[in-house]
Amino acid sequence: MKLVVTDLGADRGSGPIFEAITFALRDGEGLLVTGPNGAGKSTLVRAIAGLLRPSSGTAVLEETNEWPDVPSASHYLGPINAMKPALSVFENLSFWQSFCGRPALDVDAALDRIGLAHTRDLPFSYLSTGQRRRVSIAKLLVSHRPVWLLDEPTSGLDAASELHFAELVREHMEGGGIVVAATHLPIRVDGMKRLEFSGAVAA
Amino acid sequence: MISLILRDIRLGVRAGGGMLIGILFFLAVIAVVPFGVGPDLNLLARIGPAILWIGALLASLLGLDRLFQADREDGSLDILILQNHEHPLALTVFAKCIAHWLTTGLPLVIVSPALGLLMNMEPAGILATTATLLAGTPAITFIGATGAALAVALPRGGLLVSVLVLPFVIPVLIFGVMAAYGAVENPAPFTQPFLLMCALTLFFAVLGPLAAGAALKASSD
Repeated sequence: MKLVVTDLGADRGSGPIFEAITFALRDGEGLLVTGPNGAGKSTLVRAIAGLLRPSSGTAVLEETNEWPDVPSASHYLGPINAMKPALSVFENLSFWQSFCGRPALDVDAALDRIGLAHTRDLPFSYLSTGQRRRVSIAKLLVSHRPVWLLDEPTSGLDAASELHFAELVREHMEGGGIVVAATHLPIRVDGMKRLEFSGAVAA
Repeated sequence: MISLILRDIRLGVRAGGGMLIGILFFLAVIAVVPFGVGPDLNLLARIGPAILWIGALLASLLGLDRLFQADREDGSLDILILQNHEHPLALTVFAKCIAHWLTTGLPLVIVSPALGLLMNMEPAGILATTATLLAGTPAITFIGATGAALAVALPRGGLLVSVLVLPFVIPVLIFGVMAAYGAVENPAPFTQPFLLMCALTLFFAVLGPLAAGAALKASSD
């Protein structure tokens, strides 16, 4: 499988945010998008995920019959955690597992993996910022998607969790997955390609 | 799909879901009417179906703007939209509408017979009004979903949703009240307006989710 982004550009009504972004990622490859605040990293990830209509260019999957388009093959980890504060951690994760389909890790196993098994029955709102982020990361593990689109995945994580997250990303890539991560704190994973956004665009 | 309905019902029933607010608002509207129009029991019985319908309509408009906004605020809406291939967005909206109606519309239908007593309505009238509410309030939710989807990006879209939605629910209100009167006043028909209202509900059950799905997809830009 191959994620091919061709000549992608985005425009939010006040001039282009980025233009002519072209890259291709094969199985097991990752791309780290770095740059200062306001450079358009999140916009790029949203455009690839199909959540934002690009002003030009395309993002497509090639050499696969299993997934018809990029959104169907992707996990999107946005800046907000997509969890309901009133539901317990377990209820949140098992909902996403059954809604997204293609179950991979069991919910309890995923919680074990991120080291939050003890919070299983707590309401999501009781958790700290970093713990919430880790539960959101566990969402990537409970259903299978070959492409991970991550927007500031490590915000709020402590140093140990950050290393742990880098390990998860490495495992996903070793298993043939594709990762696109927008972050201003580089994730310590060897062998990821880099795309540097230079400066903030004038609003 | 079932999991989405179950999750939304669970959220609606737990604190902050707004289920009780709707019932209390409904009760408040019905309870003040006799004070306003005076203690004329015959008059109250005659306007009873209309007042119950207007109360139920206003109460179900109350929580509509939160239908998608809560999901947008916590980021769930993005993920729901991304699963478009597995669960078409119109079906996702339909499931959310079902859950919303079960937690806010159905309780109104269940309490309406008790509120009918406050209006001195006769048993046949109460039964007919409850039946028309049962068949008609889903239409309000389905139409409201379109308004809620259009206003999802607006921070204080509540009133706007009500104003957008009201013109479209007026036919449902007309046929609902007409059928309820038909059950008590002899020459007036019950079946025809009731069936027309059911047809409106079925029509909006298809059109509402489709339109709301399209609006949600456009709103994510």
